[in-house]
Amino acid sequence: MSDAGEQRVGVVLVSHSAAVAAAVAELATGLAGGGPTAPVAPAGGTEDGGLGTSAELISAAAASVDRGAGVAVLTDLGSAVLTVKALLAEGDELPDRTRLVDAPFVEGAVAAVVTASAGADLETVEAAASEAYSYRKV
Amino acid sequence: MLDAEFFRRWMTTSAASVDREADRLTALDSPIGDADHGTNLHRGFKAVTAALEKETPGTPGAVLTLAGRQLISTVGGASGPLYGTLLRRTGKALGDATEVSPEQLAEALRAGVDAVMTLGGATPGDKTMVDALVPAVDALAESFAAARSAAEEGALATTPLQARKGRASYLGERSIGHQDPGATSSALLIAALAEVADE
Repeated sequence: MSDAGEQRVGVVLVSHSAAVAAAVAELATGLAGGGPTAPVAPAGGTEDGGLGTSAELISAAAASVDRGAGVAVLTDLGSAVLTVKALLAEGDELPDRTRLVDAPFVEGAVAAVVTASAGADLETVEAAASEAYSYRKV
Repeated sequence: MLDAEFFRRWMTTSAASVDREADRLTALDSPIGDADHGTNLHRGFKAVTAALEKETPGTPGAVLTLAGRQLISTVGGASGPLYGTLLRRTGKALGDATEVSPEQLAEALRAGVDAVMTLGGATPGDKTMVDALVPAVDALAESFAAARSAAEEGALATTPLQARKGRASYLGERSIGHQDPGATSSALLIAALAEVADE
């Protein structure tokens, strides 16, 4: 439905690097096509601009893309994964129906944003992102 | 019995210890990690101290959950969610009691360590903080001093291990011969607990 823009699944991209998170968000949004795209927010690096993970940036990014249809969170590695898991375990730090998606960061982000922009629900977005693991390159 | 003030002092003593040892923790993290463990934990425990000065949680559980929340927010590395989960889960297990026995603390800390293992996927022998925490919790049934010794021995015993979790695991066999920074900081926290219990 073309008028379902209000209810698209949101996508949060968590990387140790602010530049990586922002660039992958730009790439995924760019590849999602010309129409209205799903809300995407990068949460990269620490609050002071260094390499690392910020719980505050993640919470703010998730809140900013929440349209009530769920939020898919993709991460790079290490503390990014652990911080999202810890926030989910807290119960009240992230919007309802926020999910850590098990997916490769770049390919998964593209799959998630493309499907979310097409109006898919959270389960479909998650499945599309995870499926990116199976795209062999050789 | 251990009251909120005991737990507040455990946290501030831990913060002072991390402050003193930050350079050593970062040095341990240089050959096998990304050389930020001391800096990260120092930032986290500074926030813990500040939060405990601003708010005065009235129960042991509330002290630990507040401290854990600060660590998750401010550390910036994997040790943040791991230590944050350790303290929060321990705090939640202590519930709303205004005083707890050492036995209740040991039981709650066991729940906290279990949560850390679930979150990080590490088990004893993987060259992580778990290698100090598990023996410490086991020994806590005996005494605080026994827990301190067990944690220190556990941290030292990580040196010959090959890392199987975290960034150090990428180094494979080259991680052998270095003491794990996370196990070392875990031993500091347990030593701080024993120090406060001695007072």
